[in-house]
Amino acid sequence: MTTTQAPATKGTQTLTLSRALNEGLRKALENDPKVLIMGEDVGKLGGVFRVTDGLQKDFGEDRVIDTPLAESGIVGTAIGLALRGYRPVCEIQFDGFVYPAFDQIVSQLAKMAYRSRGNTRLPVVVRIPFGGGIGAVEHHSESPEVLFVHTAGLRVVACGDPADAYAMIQQAVDCDDPVIFFEPKRRYWDKTEVDLPGGVAAAPALDQARTLAAGTDITLLCYGPMVRTCLEAAVAAREEGRSAEVIDLRSLSPLDFATIYASVRKTGRCVVVHEAPVTGGLGAEIAARVSQECFYHLEAPVQRVGGYSIPYPPSRIEEHYLPDLDRVLDAVDRSFAY
Amino acid sequence: MTVRAAGRAASRSRTSNRPASAHDRPATTPELIQLLTPEGERAEHPDYPLELSADEIKSLYRDLVLVRRIDFEAIALQRQGELGIWASLLGQEAAQVGSGRALGPRDMAFPTYREHGVAWCRGLDPARLLELFRGVSHGGWDPKEHRIHLYTIVIGAQTLHATGYAMGIQRDGAVGEDGEATIVYFGDGATSQGDVNEAFIWASVTNAPIVFFCQNNQWAISEPLDRQTRIPLYLRARGFGFPGIRVDGNDVFACLAVTRKAMQAAREGQGPTLIEAFTYRMGAHTTTDDPTRYRLSAELESWKLKDPIERVKQYLIRSGMAKEDFFAGVAAEADELGRSIRKACLEMPDPEPLSMFDNIYAEPSALLEAERAQLAAYLSSFADEEVAR
Repeated sequence: MTTTQAPATKGTQTLTLSRALNEGLRKALENDPKVLIMGEDVGKLGGVFRVTDGLQKDFGEDRVIDTPLAESGIVGTAIGLALRGYRPVCEIQFDGFVYPAFDQIVSQLAKMAYRSRGNTRLPVVVRIPFGGGIGAVEHHSESPEVLFVHTAGLRVVACGDPADAYAMIQQAVDCDDPVIFFEPKRRYWDKTEVDLPGGVAAAPALDQARTLAAGTDITLLCYGPMVRTCLEAAVAAREEGRSAEVIDLRSLSPLDFATIYASVRKTGRCVVVHEAPVTGGLGAEIAARVSQECFYHLEAPVQRVGGYSIPYPPSRIEEHYLPDLDRVLDAVDRSFAY
Repeated sequence: MTVRAAGRAASRSRTSNRPASAHDRPATTPELIQLLTPEGERAEHPDYPLELSADEIKSLYRDLVLVRRIDFEAIALQRQGELGIWASLLGQEAAQVGSGRALGPRDMAFPTYREHGVAWCRGLDPARLLELFRGVSHGGWDPKEHRIHLYTIVIGAQTLHATGYAMGIQRDGAVGEDGEATIVYFGDGATSQGDVNEAFIWASVTNAPIVFFCQNNQWAISEPLDRQTRIPLYLRARGFGFPGIRVDGNDVFACLAVTRKAMQAAREGQGPTLIEAFTYRMGAHTTTDDPTRYRLSAELESWKLKDPIERVKQYLIRSGMAKEDFFAGVAAEADELGRSIRKACLEMPDPEPLSMFDNIYAEPSALLEAERAQLAAYLSSFADEEVAR
């Protein structure tokens, strides 16, 4: 193994989300020789989004594995490696390509701990770039997270900005449960400051939400690519005299309902925002539970902003499909109409 | 095509969508490795010399009989309502005992849901198998303890797990003279699965220390082999870049010798082998299946003549290695095993209802704790009613 010494300049750096994930994976590989990276084009190419750039060069072909082109094989062999004591991090190249691996994820990865009555744990991370807004062809813009949220035995998380992505990927690798790790593909090139030495210690636990903007009038719940959208919407709402609290859910399974309920009981209003279709989506689950647990605090029904109940549309009209700042503000207006 | 040939093709197409053609048959009859004929005569093969002591042969015979007895008792338990279902291994004892006995203590086996004979050879208590079929667990043994993974029910999925495990052996530096290897079991039907083909590719390009052990029992529930393949299955290995061998799956000697050699090759770093154990599922697919709907009894009768146990018995008798007292002793032991399995099954407690929330995540889950409390409260509400009455 080649150990890469952190240059003296490494401390707090301004990094893209892609680069932050790369630094997080590098840390994980350095910290534990059992950590492996496997996927299509993750080696020499460094991944189509460059998340694994340079890792094969530094950690070798046995630890950063360019696999045959078959997603079920990636996850299935990762399960076998985990049974042998390894901690594989799989890359699925695009959201729409995860379905060949769906059986291995749902029937094997998610259920092995239960099947074995806890004798076997599978610390496998499956990274999936998700969401639209990049003008791509079909199968490259989907948001399939709720399929995994519905599957007991998996943890499902989504990162929203570079600093959190850096911490979350390391937390996911450390987690003894299988983690489906969604990365907001249109935010790969967004930049924030990332605290490389202290970022993990400072981050909330992997199953906790974080409040990014405090507010008193309405709660905006979001994750992944919608985090930035909702933060921008909160700024716009403030100009209209409405104080919006923005919560990045981070963990989609389990959901951090303690944080959600506390905020909604304070504001009395709630909007859930995601790119995935609203039908049967995470917003539906949150709305149902918020209605039950915060009923006497609610000033209005929970509003949902999300994709329509259609297959992902052609990219020239995706802007009409994807939630944006105006559609979030529109939902805020609908809430205040009660 | 002659008129008669065309007629044959037409009549054939009623049961099969494919046309009859010269491509239907391989150029040569597939070679079948056999070291003990159905009549119980010893055969030799230059590539698979096998020296077995009388004690070793008797011990193989004992395993075959005991494994068949486990199967027999489990079917009876299912018929009596004590098991929900059972997948019988009847007819496949030699394939499983022969290959299972070829494994070293550090090798790792990945079974389907029918590998009761392999589980026996790995030292797993048969009662643990019954737990799954009784419905008190989904398996639940520790794969590390006996180095046999949990039964996998989704067809072919375990071939990828075994391949990944073998890749782990490589990364641990455990390939070499004193190396470890993996064996994965699957059936003829599974060879049509994408996962199995992906596992072949992975194992081939990584040169993984793995043996693919296909028990071709001729039937995937009701579908005959010609629904899965147009060539002998062992020939497929060549297209993936590793050797394939067809062995008489009802010959425990041949299964032992062929698996030993393939496992040793894998341990030493020579990569994967596909073994096609040519056998026959003499029973139903499971206890819910009715094979009389789709296959002729004559076929079963012809395979009975190739019974995997009878030929070993004949060999032991003819060679003078065993006398009647030995066979009577094994039969008595089998009866005792049957009784002990039955007792273990009947004494098996149902799990506590609240245990359904256990072992889903490594860390405690607030959601599951809430649901557990909800079910507990609901159950105790009936207890209160009982008291009130």
